Amino acid sequence: MATITLTKLTKRYGNIGIVHGIDLDIADREFIALVGPSGCGKSTTLRMIAGLEEISAGSIDIGGRVVNDLPPRSRNISMVFQSYALYPHMTVRENLGFSLKIAGAAKEDMERRVAEASTILGLDALLDRRPSQLSGGQRQRVAMGRAIVRDPDVFLFDEPLSNLDAKLRTQMRTEIKKLHAKVQSTVIYVTHDQVEAMTLADRIVIMRDGHIEQVGTPDEVFRRPATRFVAGFIGSPPMNLHEATVDDGKLVFASGEKLPLPGQFKANVATGDRVVFGLRPDDIYPTGHGISSGAAAEVHQIELPITVTEPLGNETLVFVEFNRQDWVSRMLNPRPLRPGERVAMSLDMSQAHLFATETGKTLRS
Amino acid sequence: MDENSSARLKRRLLGIIYRIGLFLAMLTICLPGLWIVLSSLRPAVEIMAKPPVWIPQEISFDAYIAMFSGIGKGGIPVIEYFRNSLIISVTSTVIAVAIGMAGGYAFARYRFHGKSSVFLGLMLTRTVPGIALSLPLFFLYVRLGIIDTHFGLILAYVALNVPFTIWLIDGFFRQVPKDLAEAAQIDGCTRWQAFWQVEFPLAGPGIASAAIFAFLTCWNEFALASQLTRSVSAKTLPVGLLDYTAEFTIDWRGMCALAVVMIIPALTLTYIVQKHLVGGLTSGAVKG
Repeated sequence: MATITLTKLTKRYGNIGIVHGIDLDIADREFIALVGPSGCGKSTTLRMIAGLEEISAGSIDIGGRVVNDLPPRSRNISMVFQSYALYPHMTVRENLGFSLKIAGAAKEDMERRVAEASTILGLDALLDRRPSQLSGGQRQRVAMGRAIVRDPDVFLFDEPLSNLDAKLRTQMRTEIKKLHAKVQSTVIYVTHDQVEAMTLADRIVIMRDGHIEQVGTPDEVFRRPATRFVAGFIGSPPMNLHEATVDDGKLVFASGEKLPLPGQFKANVATGDRVVFGLRPDDIYPTGHGISSGAAAEVHQIELPITVTEPLGNETLVFVEFNRQDWVSRMLNPRPLRPGERVAMSLDMSQAHLFATETGKTLRS
Repeated sequence: MDENSSARLKRRLLGIIYRIGLFLAMLTICLPGLWIVLSSLRPAVEIMAKPPVWIPQEISFDAYIAMFSGIGKGGIPVIEYFRNSLIISVTSTVIAVAIGMAGGYAFARYRFHGKSSVFLGLMLTRTVPGIALSLPLFFLYVRLGIIDTHFGLILAYVALNVPFTIWLIDGFFRQVPKDLAEAAQIDGCTRWQAFWQVEFPLAGPGIASAAIFAFLTCWNEFALASQLTRSVSAKTLPVGLLDYTAEFTIDWRGMCALAVVMIIPALTLTYIVQKHLVGGLTSGAVKG
């Protein structure tokens, strides 16, 4: 059993606060991703759980045991570093078996567990090489193997794929997912890449400036972002977010252009409220080239000029001008379009989001 | 001639010029050593000859034989001097490297109050010429009763070497990624084990080179040793060279022979250790 509970976890360097009293419950065998921009405190949080950083206040509980002041070796965790941190003076075999050697394991036991890990990760042919003789992907696998051998309660990953090229990253992502299915440990995975978080995690924790913005399943954070920040952070290309004022059942933008107020928010806003209107690129498309998720009556039709197009083969990102700004839209089954051309656009208002301008919080009830 | 062939020609010419330059530089460095070896093997007449005699007419090992022949037969207590040099150099090197490792590791890995001032202070001690301290040291040592002892000279040499070894070893520990010690701690090591199992082997070549520098400094040091040692029981080889000077004469041949005896162990040690100074040992540890 390795549930993890963070209670009012705080990190300060002198007067500078890095993590401001976060609370988080992680279930046994859950895969949790911590995401957020650089400097949001996600790596610091992970390092506090690992025992590599002292905590300034609060507590960390792993498997029902408070570990606040225990050294890393007493927490039964393993960690995969962004830099891999393989021991360069040891072979792959010695790297994998290092933790067992330190623990004083019997030789046969050590060989068996190293063999198991190397088979899972396909490292059998590389056991006698040194890290300098391995490619980036192989090093990454050795780093994961070293973590598996320990058979820990909790796996910690600190941006493990950041140093790989795009193709290898996709491949390793799948391997990590398979690995989790096999070893069935609790995983905390830090990344700044929201695609990794979405594809791997059972739940995503979105952090910003040392606070947790939202905790939820990938579907929840994508479909029901709790704040404007989450809405802008999750999703690629990012959600179109533009400020407007509510006026008699309409949203009035700075340019004077108007859109109807989405039905789901009517009860929660009043005339004069300043809001941020959000619409994902999937929910704004040239008419006939997208999929509306809601009722046909909720789809607003409007003709807009095209500024730029970015063809991606199976789809085209079309930038249209509205409220004197570019709005990005996703066009399925694309046909050629020219900049300057005016096209009929469909806006699926049933999928729209509204956030309070001042607090950034969602206005969804 | 087209552009390509003229560029090729230029590159070749530059290559030749570089080689000539390197040869001249190496010649300048090696010639004094070679001259000492030659002078130890030729008669005094040839050593003093003007213009210099480049190729010796006759070679003899008389100076070496005389050196070991005992006092009164042109010999000096070379075995004692050698033993003194070895004891003093090895002991002070071991102590200086041990302190240098502790200090270098602290400067490389820990944040503490006044770190940069302490480091600067240590480096500033290097700006004081050792000879300027010899007279105060002499008086101090006389009062303490450690003049003309191994201990006294070891103490002086440790003080001389520690700032330099700290500075060198600090640099080598900085090159060992911090992640490695952290990974070792996660793998079950204590901080102490992480140091000995991971960081020390990786900084090893650097520590070895710091040790060579410290050893050679002690082995070759003359100014302090000549002030702080007097008798056969404490004098080191460089001070022993003075045994070849008499009131009116200097036995250049004997002096050169002793110099060769001094150079051989230093050269051998450097040769043995330099094989272990393999660069790039940390490559592959972190991304690359």
